[in-house]
Amino acid sequence: MRRLLTIPFALALTVSAALADPVSGGKLDLIVQPEPPSVMIGITTNGPALLVGGNIYESLLRYDENLKPMPSLAKSWETSEDGLTYTFHLQEGVKWHDGKPMTSADVMFSVEDFLMKLQPRHRNLMSHVAKVVAPDDNTVVFTLKEPFEAFIRGFAFYTMPIVPKHIYEGTDYQTNPANEKLIGTGPYKFAEWKRGSYIKLVKNEDYYLPGKPYIDELYYHVIPDGASRAVAYETGQVSVLPGGSVENFDIPRLSKLANTCTTEKGWEYFAPLSWLWLNNRKPPMDNVKFRQAVMFALDREFAKDVLWNGYGKVSTGPISSKVPFYANVGPSYPHDPAKAKALLKEMGYDGKPLKLLPLPYGETWQRWAEAVKQNLADVGIPVEIESTDVAGWNQKTSQWDYDIAFTYLYQNGDPAIGVDRNYKSSQIAKGNPFNNVEGYSNPEVDKLFTEAAVAFPAAKRQELYDKVQAKLREDVPVAWLLELGFPTIYNCNVENPISTASGLPNSLRDAWIKK
Amino acid sequence: MTEFWKRFSKHRGAVAGLVILFLIVLLAVLAPFLFPKSPWAMVQRPFLPPFENATYFLGTDTMGRDLASGLAHGAYVSLLVGLVSTVVSLLIGIPIGALAGYFGGIVDDVLMRFTELFQSVPSFALAVVLVAIFQPSITSIVVAIAIVSWPPVARLLRGEVMSLKSRDFVDAAVLSGQRSFTIIWRQILPNTLSPIIVLASMMVAAAILVESALSFMGLGDANVMSWGYIIGAGRTVIRQAWWVSFFPGVAILLTVLALNLVGEGLNDALNPRLSRKGRQA
Repeated sequence: MRRLLTIPFALALTVSAALADPVSGGKLDLIVQPEPPSVMIGITTNGPALLVGGNIYESLLRYDENLKPMPSLAKSWETSEDGLTYTFHLQEGVKWHDGKPMTSADVMFSVEDFLMKLQPRHRNLMSHVAKVVAPDDNTVVFTLKEPFEAFIRGFAFYTMPIVPKHIYEGTDYQTNPANEKLIGTGPYKFAEWKRGSYIKLVKNEDYYLPGKPYIDELYYHVIPDGASRAVAYETGQVSVLPGGSVENFDIPRLSKLANTCTTEKGWEYFAPLSWLWLNNRKPPMDNVKFRQAVMFALDREFAKDVLWNGYGKVSTGPISSKVPFYANVGPSYPHDPAKAKALLKEMGYDGKPLKLLPLPYGETWQRWAEAVKQNLADVGIPVEIESTDVAGWNQKTSQWDYDIAFTYLYQNGDPAIGVDRNYKSSQIAKGNPFNNVEGYSNPEVDKLFTEAAVAFPAAKRQELYDKVQAKLREDVPVAWLLELGFPTIYNCNVENPISTASGLPNSLRDAWIKK
Repeated sequence: MTEFWKRFSKHRGAVAGLVILFLIVLLAVLAPFLFPKSPWAMVQRPFLPPFENATYFLGTDTMGRDLASGLAHGAYVSLLVGLVSTVVSLLIGIPIGALAGYFGGIVDDVLMRFTELFQSVPSFALAVVLVAIFQPSITSIVVAIAIVSWPPVARLLRGEVMSLKSRDFVDAAVLSGQRSFTIIWRQILPNTLSPIIVLASMMVAAAILVESALSFMGLGDANVMSWGYIIGAGRTVIRQAWWVSFFPGVAILLTVLALNLVGEGLNDALNPRLSRKGRQA
C-alpha cells in the first residue's frame, strides 16, 4: 500500500519541478500610469488606483480567465437550488494589516454600509438583494429578491472590496486618515508613497495563505512621459509594463526585446469592446440596410493587424467572446465592399455626407478614424472627421449630437451588467455617454434582455442571450469593431504575473521572480 | 521688365528657387491627374519601403497609403495655405500700417500699440491657441496664421509710408486737393509695392512652416493630407520607416528654401538702394 502511494507522489514532484517551484524574495518594479489620486479602491476605482490597490484589498472571490469564481476571502460558497441564497464561508485566521482579525462583521459593514454609500455600481448590484446576514464570524449569507445569476460575478476585488469596520465605522469615509495609511487584508501592505515618483508596497508576512506572496517589495513607478516609460523598460529600470502604459506604436519594438514576454490575458473581466455609435435617430442611420452596409464596408482585420499590432480580436456582435453567454449566432459581417455597395443601392442612399467623431485617445484612434473614413468612402459614403477633445467627445455623444462616433466600453463580467445598458430602450437617456447612446429601440430585444438577466439557471439565460445576440446582429444598432487587446509586457524572469481575469491588479499574490 | 529680369537672373540661387517653385506648383496642379486616387486610400501593405515597387515608388506609410500621392496632394494644401494666409495677413497689415504711417500722432500710437500687442506674444504659441479654440480646420488654420503674421507687414508699411509722405509728389497731391485716402491709395501704396512683394514671398514660406508645425502637432485639419500631417503621423515610427517622415520633410525644406531664394532675388531686383541704376523697376 505504501509503495502504491509513493509512485504518484514522486510523479507529482517531478511535474512540479519541471514547472519550477516558486521562490521567495526580490523586488519588482512596475509602471503605474497615470499617477492615481488615491489607491483606496473602495473610494477611487479608476484603472491606476486598482492596479496598486488591488494588492492591498481583497473581495470574497477572484475569477479565472473564463470568469469562473475562485476562492479569495471566501474559501468556499454554495448557491441554493432556486438561485436565491448565496452562502459564503470565509477563510480562517485572516488578519487586517494592523493585526486585528477579519470577520463576517467586516463583510457586513463593507457590503451594507461603506460601499452602499460610496459606489453606485454596488447599489445597483444590491438592488437584487433582499437581505444579508452573518450567522457566525465566518459565514455570510445573501438572499436575493429574485434569481440573478450574474450575482456570483459581482464579488470582484474592485466591485466589492472588503474594508475594515474597526477603522471606518462612525467616521467620515471620504476623509478617514486610513485612506492614506491603507489597511486591507491583501498580500501586500502599503509602505510609502512618494508623490510624482513611486508607490511602494511590501509583503504581508501574516498573509493567510502560507508562503504567499513571494515577492518582498513592489515599486509602482510614476513616469509621466510615454517615451520615457518605454526607455525605463528598455534599460531594465522597470520590468513590468501593464497594458496601456506605453504607446501602441512602441509595442512591436518592445515585445521583440531579449527576454521579454507579452500576454493579452488579464483583461477578461473588463472585456473592452470597441464599436461605432450609429445615430439610429437620423437618416440614413435609421435604415437597417445602411447599418449593415457599414458593417460590410469596415475592414476590421486591417484595423486589428495594422493599428493594434495584431492584438485583440474582430468582434462578432454585442457581447465580447470573453464574457459568459457569448455566442456566435446570427449573420456575420466580413469585409465585403461589393455587398455594402449593393445594400446602399437597394436602400437608395443619396450620398449625403456624414460626420465621424473619433475617440480623442491619441495616435491609434486618430489613425483608426482615418481608416474607417476611407473604408466608408470606398463604398460611396462620404465622411468628414470632426476634431474633438475628451470633453467635446463626452458632450457630443451624451447629447446625441453626432452621426457616427467611436467608443469602447467595459463589459464587467456579465451581459446583465455591461451589455444590455447599451441596447435596452429603458436606457435611452440624454447626458450619459455609456448607455443606449445610439437610440436603438426594439420591444423584442428589451424583453429578451430583461428576461435573460433574471432567468435561472445559467442554461436558461444562455438560451435567451443566444436569441438576443442573433437579433442584434441582424439589426446592427451599432457597428462593432474589435475586442481590444492591451498586452502586458514584462521581463520573462517574472513568473505568473497574471493569475486572474483582472490581471495585474488582482493581484501579484501568485507572482514570483526567477533567480 | 527686362531690366528687372536681368537683375533677378544675376542671382543664381533665385533662379534655382524659381525653377523649384515652378516644379512644386506644377506638382500641386497636376496632383489630381497624376494620382487620381485619394491620398488617404490604403493601396499597398503598410511600411512598403521606397524604390521597391514601381507604382508606389516612394513607399507607403503606417497604413499603406501612397506617400508620393500624399506629397503631391500635400503640395497643393501647403501652397494654398501659404498663399491664402499671406493674402489675408496683407489685407490686415497694409491698411493698419498705411494709416499709422500717414496720419501719425494719436492714430499712429493707437495702431502701433495694438500691433505690439500681437508682437509681444510668441507667434507660434498664439497660432496653437487660436487653432485649438476654433477647432482645427483648414479655415481656422489660415485665419490663425494670418492673425499672427500681419504685424511685420504693418510695421514695414508704416515705415515706408512715413518716408514717402514727405516726398514732393505727395505734397503736390495734397495741394491739388486730393483726399487723404486717395493719396494713400493712388500715390503712396503703389510705391510700397516692391518691399511688400519681397516680404510676401518670405511670408508664404513662413506660413507653410507654421501650417506644417501645426499639423505635426496634430492640430491640422483631419480631412486634409498635408506635409506636416504626414511627418507628424510618421514621426512615431521613424525607427522602422524613416521614409515616411523624410520625404515630406525634404519637400518642406525645398519649398521654403525656394521661396526664400526667390524672395532674395526679388529684393535684389526691386530694392533701389541695392541696385546700381537707381529706382526704376
